[in-house]
Amino acid sequence: MTAGAGAAAAAGGGAALVVSIAGVTKRFGEGDVAVSALEGIDLGISSGEFVSLIGPSGCGKSTLLRLIGDLTSPTNGKVLVNGKPARRARLDRDYGMVFQAPVLMDWRTVARNIELPLEVMGHSRAARTARSADLLKLVELEGFATRHPWQLSGGMQQRVAIARALAFDPALLLMDEPFGALDEMTRERMNLELMNIWTRTKTTVVFVTHSIPEAVFLSTRVVVMSARPGRITRIVDVDLPQPRTADTREDERYFELVTTVREALRGNEDRSASAAARVRAEGLA
Amino acid sequence: MGSASAALRRRRVALAWILLAVALVVVWEGAKWLFGDPWRIHGSLLGLPIDIEHIPPFHSRIASDLSLPHVWLVFTAFVDPAQRQGSPLGLILAGQALFTLREALTGFALGGSLGLLLGIGLVHSRLAERAFVPYVVASQTVPILAISPLIVVATKAGWLSVAIISAYLTFFPVTIAALRGLRAADARAFELMRSYGASAWAVLWKVRLPSSVPYLFASLRVAAAAAVIGAIIGELPAGIPDGLGASLLNYNQYYTSGPERLWATIVMCSIVGLGFVGLVRLSEWLLTRNRYRPVEALAA
Repeated sequence: MTAGAGAAAAAGGGAALVVSIAGVTKRFGEGDVAVSALEGIDLGISSGEFVSLIGPSGCGKSTLLRLIGDLTSPTNGKVLVNGKPARRARLDRDYGMVFQAPVLMDWRTVARNIELPLEVMGHSRAARTARSADLLKLVELEGFATRHPWQLSGGMQQRVAIARALAFDPALLLMDEPFGALDEMTRERMNLELMNIWTRTKTTVVFVTHSIPEAVFLSTRVVVMSARPGRITRIVDVDLPQPRTADTREDERYFELVTTVREALRGNEDRSASAAARVRAEGLA
Repeated sequence: MGSASAALRRRRVALAWILLAVALVVVWEGAKWLFGDPWRIHGSLLGLPIDIEHIPPFHSRIASDLSLPHVWLVFTAFVDPAQRQGSPLGLILAGQALFTLREALTGFALGGSLGLLLGIGLVHSRLAERAFVPYVVASQTVPILAISPLIVVATKAGWLSVAIISAYLTFFPVTIAALRGLRAADARAFELMRSYGASAWAVLWKVRLPSSVPYLFASLRVAAAAAVIGAIIGELPAGIPDGLGASLLNYNQYYTSGPERLWATIVMCSIVGLGFVGLVRLSEWLLTRNRYRPVEALAA
């Protein structure tokens, strides 16, 4: 699968498209100082998929995620979420967002942090409390409902952030390096927990990471991107059996796929290195 | 975070307070011992006659009995009658302090709300902020003494016009702190609210105001002290006889005949200011304890 293929074809299946991105470019700034962050992005994500965006810093993977969430707008092209323009989908609360930092409100208890989106959406108090109790169970934080975020460890805080994103049962979960700030052991445990949650909630997930093992372990597809300008260079289908468990990490196929993604990323490097060499050569000529 | 260490810390703070007060008295009287006027204690204690005379080795006008009356004279001034056959000065000052405090509290409430509302308005419009803030700053560079007669004459509202002068000094720190505090939340918290399709109103109530609370309280402490100063100064052109301003003016005029009375009035002014600031501190503690991240946890 190469970049530039149609979004529908990129989805690789007949299921309904949750995310459909066609011919998207994103530039920051104007005129001579304009920086091209994304060029010619086409991507379709079907319902129930777990898609990781991976690439070097500056490849625009976070920008791509923010485009899906309508936290920024494309310079050209179209972003559809659940068949609607991204802005409409945001206002319809079609997705939940998790950032690298948990971004919890210090002054709210854990339960009331989880209830924040429900409050904004005007759910009744009874419905909110019932929902946050369920979610606390889902992320295994029962008994922490009345604590404040600053009394929790980093991993626990991120679990609260995930519970909050799931509070209004969105069909789509956008995650921007959610475990990037955690240590390796906590990260692996959180990966397993996220897999459990994903299996149970059937939510479609778009996940930004720069960890290759994490991307392979979690995803049904890994989207490999290159930097300057940000492009999709390869999409790797991850055909590891579901559900993923701790044993998945010892599967031979897992190692093969990690290598495939690594080589795809290195291919980018070689290409940009040769491009740089070409530029130098032209400069000398 | 343990309560035992918290109790220990409180006891240490109290001890430091007392030590500082004692140090102040020692420095004050020490200066008088070295540089002040000659003094004599002549009398009897438990039937024993006491007769001490001290002539300081140096002399400086700053430490004279006129500039720095003895600490005990300031204290006895509170007990001594203000006028012949009148009630003690302390009692009169306490009554005036309550009057001034009422003006200050009203001014604080007026100015604090105005300051916060102004901050909320300005934080929602960069244009308004750029246009308005220079005027807000300029308003504070005008000496309050120049403006207060104007307000007193224009409003003719007695103690209420004094409260307005007090409000004039109060709103400024609150506006500045609000402008900072209402933007203090993590940029991603605003994106999070955006992802919920939240209204500006919801963002204000659920993110902006709660995250501005620590900033607001810091400014309210400054504002409380400013409110007292504003009230006292406002009383002067208003010619209000019931507040501490009247005593300040009065004992300023009769300073040479009784400096300790002016000092007693100054002490009373400080007590009002300290009490007010303490009240703000107390409400901050009641409102934020166990809710906001403690300062030690921030540093950790």
